[in-house]
Amino acid sequence: MIHCVLHDAGDTVAVVVVEGVSAGTAMTGWVMDDDRTIALEARQDIPIGHKVALKDMAPGDTVVKYGIDMGKVVAPIRRGEHAHVHNIKTKRW
Amino acid sequence: MSVVSKDTTFLGYRRENGRVGVRNFVVVLPLDDLSNAAAEAVAHNIKGALAIPHPYGRLQFGADLELHFRTLIGAGCNPNVAAVVVIGIEDGWTKKVVDGIAATGKPVVGFGIEGHGDHDTIMRASKAARDYVQWASEKQREACPIAELWVSTKCGESDTTSGCGANPTVGNAFDKLHPLGNYLCFGETTELTGGEQIVAARCANDEVRRQFMFMFDRYQKVIDRHKTSDLSDSQPTKGNIAGGLTTIEEKALGNIQKIGKVCTVDGVIDKAETPTHPGLWFMDSSSAAAEMVTLCAASGYAVHFFPTGQGNVIGNPILPVIKICANPRTVRLMGEHIDVDTSGLLQREINLDQAGDQLLECMLRTANGRLTAAEALGHREFVLTRLYESA
Repeated sequence: MIHCVLHDAGDTVAVVVVEGVSAGTAMTGWVMDDDRTIALEARQDIPIGHKVALKDMAPGDTVVKYGIDMGKVVAPIRRGEHAHVHNIKTKRW
Repeated sequence: MSVVSKDTTFLGYRRENGRVGVRNFVVVLPLDDLSNAAAEAVAHNIKGALAIPHPYGRLQFGADLELHFRTLIGAGCNPNVAAVVVIGIEDGWTKKVVDGIAATGKPVVGFGIEGHGDHDTIMRASKAARDYVQWASEKQREACPIAELWVSTKCGESDTTSGCGANPTVGNAFDKLHPLGNYLCFGETTELTGGEQIVAARCANDEVRRQFMFMFDRYQKVIDRHKTSDLSDSQPTKGNIAGGLTTIEEKALGNIQKIGKVCTVDGVIDKAETPTHPGLWFMDSSSAAAEMVTLCAASGYAVHFFPTGQGNVIGNPILPVIKICANPRTVRLMGEHIDVDTSGLLQREINLDQAGDQLLECMLRTANGRLTAAEALGHREFVLTRLYESA
């Protein structure tokens, strides 16, 4: 089963694509551009469609998805944690 | 081998001006808010006539008024429409819409309410609508080359599965239609924010790129002028955020998947303008679903691809809206709204090429007459874009 997908090998977040991911779930991630898989463990419950961090990130870091800048980190995030509006903000507007 | 090639045909209605439609509506079109009641009464009287009420058309001026006329005239000119009865509160602006639609050669007539009242207007307009409905009912579909099918796209209630699954499916279909000479369209100007350079890089030449960046920068100024925050409750929407989208950049990067990997952006149009040659067109437009789809209908598009993640239920009275979804939860909970389920993409059960072909098969069946989910459910959102206050 694919638990999460990332577009580009350089992405720092992946999208959870199944329901029921909870703290401790051993996840298989699919790197779409390379068509290979990676393994990681969820540290928190993460709803379907929401993102999981693939690396530890600090405030001010750039979040990368599709291989491109999608915003900035505003609160520390650890690998396997839920990455969303509570720890990432837009750089625009 | 794709399901479409130069030799592919669909069964459409060829109109007087040569354009091909996939539906055969007789529309009762109100010029203004005041005329909705009469238009709806005519559609009630005459079975097969379709009223498309809306809340505007009074005391508009300047560019906003021009857009109002362009949208109404464009909707009437759409090849999915066989004939039109226009009803307005007075004769002047009513005639302007009638004359605009008449340029296509299709049957159109207008009625002003002032000096007659609703009863007399409804009676006369109903007689005209009855003639049109019976005339249109004898129109036959004929085989038409696929290149004559105009296809637009806009996504809504997106989530992260839109960018991974449903939007790339549209992109794959666009990449297959573009070389065949189809007229294609995308827009949602603010929803490219963070990915505008990707679109600029895809423009066919410097002049198209200049026009695109002009439209993009113009809309950014609208946001800057009116914003009271970073728009983090509006764009992304609450639904987007519930679905896991975090920033406008992330939403834009997912949105842009709809223009595929290879097709070029060949032209730029303003809201509800008609494209002038085949290819992929960028239309400056709102990202609100019903506004954008209405503008696509007014630009002359005959079929619409609408990817959704969280389950936007939109339809349009004259433009069939095909819903594509890759979120298995949404497909399970809201399946009656989804025409093409591409959730298998995210489990590697199907590949993108197969998903694109599924969408193109659905497009051909829809063009041949099969009702979309939104049509069967009666979704007829007709929403006019306003630029500023009335006088």
